[in-house]
Amino acid sequence: MNPLAAVGRTTLLAVAAIGRITLFTLSAIVHIFRAPFYPRQFGLALVQIGWLSLPVVGLTSLFTGGALVMQIYAGGARFNAEAVVPQIVAIGMVRELGPVLVGLMVAARVTAAISAEIATMKVTEQIDALITLSTDPMRYLTVPRVLAGILVVPLLVAVGDIIGIMGGYGVATGSLGFSPAAYLRNTVNFLEPLDIASSLIKGTAFGLIATTMGCYFGINAGRGARGVGRATKSAVEATAVLILAANFALTAVIFSL
Amino acid sequence: MITVSNLFKSFGQTPVLCGATLTLAKGTSTVVIGKSGSGKSVLMKSILGLVKPDSGTILQDGAPLDQTRFLDDFGMLFQGAALFDSLPVWQNVAFRLLRRMPKAKARAIALEKLGRVGLEADVADRLPAMLSGGMQKRAGLARAIATNPSVLFFDEPTTGLDPIMARAINDLIRDIVRETHATTLTITHDMTTVRTIADTVMLLDQGKVHWQGTVPQLSESRDETLRSFIA
Repeated sequence: MNPLAAVGRTTLLAVAAIGRITLFTLSAIVHIFRAPFYPRQFGLALVQIGWLSLPVVGLTSLFTGGALVMQIYAGGARFNAEAVVPQIVAIGMVRELGPVLVGLMVAARVTAAISAEIATMKVTEQIDALITLSTDPMRYLTVPRVLAGILVVPLLVAVGDIIGIMGGYGVATGSLGFSPAAYLRNTVNFLEPLDIASSLIKGTAFGLIATTMGCYFGINAGRGARGVGRATKSAVEATAVLILAANFALTAVIFSL
Repeated sequence: MITVSNLFKSFGQTPVLCGATLTLAKGTSTVVIGKSGSGKSVLMKSILGLVKPDSGTILQDGAPLDQTRFLDDFGMLFQGAALFDSLPVWQNVAFRLLRRMPKAKARAIALEKLGRVGLEADVADRLPAMLSGGMQKRAGLARAIATNPSVLFFDEPTTGLDPIMARAINDLIRDIVRETHATTLTITHDMTTVRTIADTVMLLDQGKVHWQGTVPQLSESRDETLRSFIA
């Protein structure tokens, strides 16, 4: 087999897949603004994506904030810069770790659940049943989840940022000897509106990616239990990679402003 | 009347439909039989627009079939019932009704349809996963007839059921078809289903209709392919 042909074939398949995913995402966004809208499905998606993700987001952020303080304190001590711990923790959590951690947690929890649920509906003909009941799966299954993801993941990111900073605050004041008032003052004074805006923008983008990938791979699942498993695995992998890539691109764009 | 002419469909290099042609006359019950892989499901899904044929025409009352209009007056019982497992049984049955009328009225109709297929009212608030296979099929049938559609499709209605439940489902389908005068298409391997509900029987073989006739003609036919299938 010609290796160049194999490379070409793989490239073409990858480009075709990117094209399909892009068209699916654009279609989902366009359908947000078109009737009919399914409020019950939207409400369920808000609870699933937002409310039920709070514990895992909170715990992840709390432990990461605590660990971050210890790392920065230990590193800063090498050149007598322990005093900048609050500022670096704040900027690290809000600009980078908060959005990325929440995005990856949502990918693990929400993307996997959406993909497995929709893929199971596909293999049990429930999506065909929806169509025969004059219901567009894009409007009934995808739009409520994508809209909920766009709206609620930035809020999760904000909650994650605050809990992460408070995790750092707890460790810094509890075991590293920082003054509670000074720590909070340094954190609040150092953060700029652009830092917070970038966190929320990233959250919105990651919410879109996580929900769209879950729906896309679920709807395009293959047959049987293997198809469901493969769809879920692909959805989580694609979401994780896209979130990290989008994080890089957004960071480059936002902080070049 | 639904007319399917010269339908061709291949998946990759594998031809599935090779010029399938058939007519579903208004108010009659057509049953398509055929061995696995003969194209029965693809034929049904092509009519529904779930599979896009490579070529061929599908007409409804002489005009190209308008999928939106067709599905508005259509009901289907799926092989595995395909009930939405996140919704209670009554909401499955009333799925289409809930867009057209108040919730209380939709629920009342759903309960009536559940009763029509032999399910008690206490089933209405259960989730589909809590029902047996036979009860799920009945609930799927109730959903199919909820809006009294003029076209009904049944995909392997007795597959996976014990003989007693299969007979009950066949009798229900026969009675419902007689009551509603709906145009129906059924695909099945079950010859009891054929003998119970069919006005017209078609044998699909190698992607096209190989034999067509009535139930009495089915027994009398000397066609080798047909006889090997029904033996």
